[in-house]
Amino acid sequence: MSEIREVIIKTDKLATDKYQVNMGPQHPSTHGVLRLLVTLEGEKVLNVQPHSGYIHSGIEKMCEAISYPQIIHLTDRMDYLSAHMNNEAVALCVENALQVEVPDRVKYIRTIMDELARLASHQLWWCVFGMDLGALTTFFYGLRDREHILDIFEETCGARMTVSYSTPGGLMFDIHPNFQKRVKDFIKYFRTKLPEYDKLLSGNVILRERTEGIGHLSYKDAIDFGVTGPSGRASGFSCDVRKHNPYSAYPFVKFNEILDHRCDTLARYEVRILEMYESLNIIEQLIDNIPEGDYAVKMKGVLKLPEGEFYQRVETARGEFGVFIVSDGKKNPYRVKFRSPGFSNLFALNNMTKGHKIADLVAIMSTLDLIIPDIDR
Amino acid sequence: MDIYNFTTLTHNIHTGLAQSFAPWLATTIEWVIVGVAYLLFVALFGLFLVYAERKVCAAFQQRLGPMRVGKWGLLQTIADFIKLLMKELIMPRKADWFLYNLAPFIVIIASFLAIAALPFAPGLQSMDFDIGVFYLTAVSSVGVIGILLAGWSSNNKYSLIGAMRSGAQILSYELSVSLSLLTMVVFAGTMQFSAIVEGQRDAWFIFSGHIPAIIAFVVFLIAGTAETNRGPFDLAEAESELVAGFHTEYSGIKFAMFFLAEYINLFIISAVAATVFLGGWMPLHFGNLESFNHVMDFIPPVIWFFGKVLFVIFVIMWFKWTFPRLRVDQILTLEWKYLLPINLVNILLMALVVLTKFHF
Amino acid sequence: MKSFIEYIVSIFKGVWTLLVGMKVTAKYFFTPWNNVTQQYPENRDTLVMFDRFRGEVIMPHTENNEHLCTGCGICELNCPNGSIEIISKSIITPEGKKKRIIDQHIYHLGMCTLCNLCVKACPTGAIVMGQKFEHAVWDRALLTKVLNQPGSKIAEGVKE
Repeated sequence: MSEIREVIIKTDKLATDKYQVNMGPQHPSTHGVLRLLVTLEGEKVLNVQPHSGYIHSGIEKMCEAISYPQIIHLTDRMDYLSAHMNNEAVALCVENALQVEVPDRVKYIRTIMDELARLASHQLWWCVFGMDLGALTTFFYGLRDREHILDIFEETCGARMTVSYSTPGGLMFDIHPNFQKRVKDFIKYFRTKLPEYDKLLSGNVILRERTEGIGHLSYKDAIDFGVTGPSGRASGFSCDVRKHNPYSAYPFVKFNEILDHRCDTLARYEVRILEMYESLNIIEQLIDNIPEGDYAVKMKGVLKLPEGEFYQRVETARGEFGVFIVSDGKKNPYRVKFRSPGFSNLFALNNMTKGHKIADLVAIMSTLDLIIPDIDR
Repeated sequence: MDIYNFTTLTHNIHTGLAQSFAPWLATTIEWVIVGVAYLLFVALFGLFLVYAERKVCAAFQQRLGPMRVGKWGLLQTIADFIKLLMKELIMPRKADWFLYNLAPFIVIIASFLAIAALPFAPGLQSMDFDIGVFYLTAVSSVGVIGILLAGWSSNNKYSLIGAMRSGAQILSYELSVSLSLLTMVVFAGTMQFSAIVEGQRDAWFIFSGHIPAIIAFVVFLIAGTAETNRGPFDLAEAESELVAGFHTEYSGIKFAMFFLAEYINLFIISAVAATVFLGGWMPLHFGNLESFNHVMDFIPPVIWFFGKVLFVIFVIMWFKWTFPRLRVDQILTLEWKYLLPINLVNILLMALVVLTKFHF
Repeated sequence: MKSFIEYIVSIFKGVWTLLVGMKVTAKYFFTPWNNVTQQYPENRDTLVMFDRFRGEVIMPHTENNEHLCTGCGICELNCPNGSIEIISKSIITPEGKKKRIIDQHIYHLGMCTLCNLCVKACPTGAIVMGQKFEHAVWDRALLTKVLNQPGSKIAEGVKE
C-alpha cells in the first residue's frame, strides 16, 4: 500500500495502466462463442484481437469424405441464417461443373427462397442489434416477424433453419401448394411492420447518437479487408454478387444495390433496413411469375465431377460466399474451400474500433452481423 | 376523511406500549415493530415489483411472461427467491473478503434508510423530518458506495468497469435529482414531506406549478431512472457489454440483495415523484367541484399513494423496454449539457412563478 | 444565438423521436390479444406440424405388418453421417430360390441430421419422414431404433 501511495504522491496523479479483457467465448454480445482479446485503457478500446477457432467444426475437411449431394447438408450448418444461399452455392457449383442447366422454375424458387432467407437473417440481425444496444424489446418484435418466414420454410422445405432445400440439379421438393399465398400474406404483413422498425429504433435519437460517426470503415479498408455484403456496401464498396455476377433468377428482376458512403455504424444499419425493402420488392416481382415445369433435373445416382477446379460465389445475407471445389474425378471432392463472408468481415473489427468505447465495440461488432459457425467452419 | 387517518392508531399503540412497559422497552418494541413492518413491506413489494416488471415487459414484447408457477405465474418470484436463497455463495478467490461481503448490505441499507422518510398515508410515516427531502437525497446516494465497493472488491475487470460507470453516473445525476426536487421545494416552501403533501390539498403541484413543475417532473423522471441504474441508463450492469457489471461475481442471496435494492430504489424514486409532484396520498381535487372532491376522498389515501407510485413505476418500465442504452460519455453529456442547464433555468423560472404568484 | 436555437430544437426533436418509439411499444402493451406466445406443452393437442416437417425417419407399416423395404442399402449409402445400418439375411423363398431380405433397419436418431437424402434416394418409398419432434430420452441407447417392426415382412409386389 505504501508504495502505491508514494507513486501517487510522486507523480501527482493516479497511476493508470492498460489492461486486457477477454470478451468471450462466453459473453452475451458475441452471439455465440467468439473470443475477442480486447486491450483497454479505461473505457477506451486500444486493440481488438479476434481469436477464432473455438467451435471449429472441420466442415471443409468433412466435405472431402462425402459425396456432392451430401455436402449440401453441411453447408446449412455453417451460416445457419443464410442456409438457402449456402445450399445454392454448392448446388450451382456442382451444376456448373457438370454443365447442367436447371429449369427456370428452379431458378425462380431458389431466388425467392434466397430473398426470404435474407429477410429472415436481416430481421434477426435487427433484433439482435437492438439488444446489443440495450433495447430488449426489438428482439421479440424481430423474432415475431421472422417466425412467419420460418413457417414458410417449414411448410415447403421441411425444416426451419437447416433446410437443405437446393440440391445439385434442382430442389429437394416442389413448392408447397400454400407457398405463394403464404408468401404474399407475409409480404403484406411485413410491409406494415417495417415502418414500425424505423419508428422504434431507426429514428430514435439514442440510436443515432450511438451510431453516427462510430466505427468508420473507409472504402479502401473495406476492399483491403474484403468486407463484403451490407457491411461493405455501407462503405461505398459496390460488391453485390447479385448485381455483378447474377445467378439464378437475379438477371430477370429489377432491384437496386443499396450503397451508402457514410461508412459508419449507422450506414451499415440503414443499408440492411433498406435491403429488407429491396428483398420484398424482389419477391413481389417473382412470386406471381413462377413458371411451370420440373422442380429438378434428373441427375445420376452417383455424381462425379470432371477433373478440375470450380468456383461459384453467391451473395448471402452477410456478404460474398464462395465455394471452391477441386475435383480429381472421383465421387467426392479432393478439396473444398468455403470463402465465408463472416471471416473477412471479422478481421476489419480492429481497424474500426480503435479509439472507441467498449459500448461502441459491441455496436460495431453487431453491425458486422457475425455468425460464429460461419467464421469457424 | 378522518377514518383513513393512521395518526390515532399509531398514537394509541404508542400510549398503550408506554403505559405497560418501561420507556426504554416501549421504544425498543416500537423500533422492532417498525423495522419488521418495513422489512416485510420491502420484501413483499420487491417481489411484487419483480413480478410486475416481468409481466409488463412481456406485455410490451407481445409475450405472456411467467405463467407456470401459480395462477398467471403469481408465485414465480417467490419460487425464484427460494431458489436464490438455496444457491451456493461463490466468492472469487482473490476478492477482498470484507468489502465483498459488506457491499450488498450497504446497498440495501441505503434503500431502507431512504424508504423511512416516505409518507404512505396520513400518519403512516416513520420519520417526519422537517428536512425530509434533504435527508432522502442524502441517504439515497449512499447506495453508490456499495456498488463501487462491489465492483472494486470482486477483483473482476467487468465489475470494476461497471462500478466506475455507476459511480460517474450516479454522482452526476444526483445533482439533477436534487435540483429538480429543490425546484419543488421552492414552490412548496418546505422540505417536510407531510407538509409538501398537505400543500397539495387543492391541486397537485404538477398542476398548480404548471410549466416549471412539469419540466421538473420530466427531469426528475429521467434523472431518477438514471439514479436507479435502470432503463436506458443501465450502464453499470450493461448486459451486452459487461456481462452483469458490478454484480457479476455475486451469487445466491447476495445477488438477490442487489436485485432487491434495485427494485426498492425504483420504488423510492417513484414514491418521491408521486409525493412531490403528484400529491402523494392526497386524492385528486379540483378547486370548486365539491361533490367530485368528496367522491375522491372516499378512496383511501394508501390506494391513492400506491396508484400514483405504480403509475410512475410503469412509466419508468416503459422507458426501459423501449429505448436503447446510452453510452457512458453520452450519459454525462446528457446530464451536464442538457439536464443541468435546464434545471438551473427551471429553478429560476420557478422562483419567478412563486414571486409573481403566477400559479394556481 | 443560432446555436442556442439549434440546441433547443435538438432537445425537442430528440424527445419527439423517443415518444414515437414509446408509442409503438404502448400500442402492443394495450393490445394483449395480439400476443404471440404459445403455451407449448398445453397446446400439444392443437399443435399440428406441417406434413413435410422432418422430425425423424420412420418406416410405415400396413395393418398386416408389411413394409416396402427391400433391404437394398441405398439409404445407407446416401446417408452422410452413417446413421443408417442395414442388416440383411438370406432366406429361401417358397420357389426354392435364395433371396436377401431385410433383417434389421437400424436407425441412429442421435447421429441423424435430418437431411432427407435417404428418403429421397429410397427406390421403393419405404422410409419417410415422421412429424414427431419430441425426441428427448433418458438414455442415449434409446435413440438407436430398429425401423422395421418385429415379424414384419415385405409387401407383395415390391420391385427388387
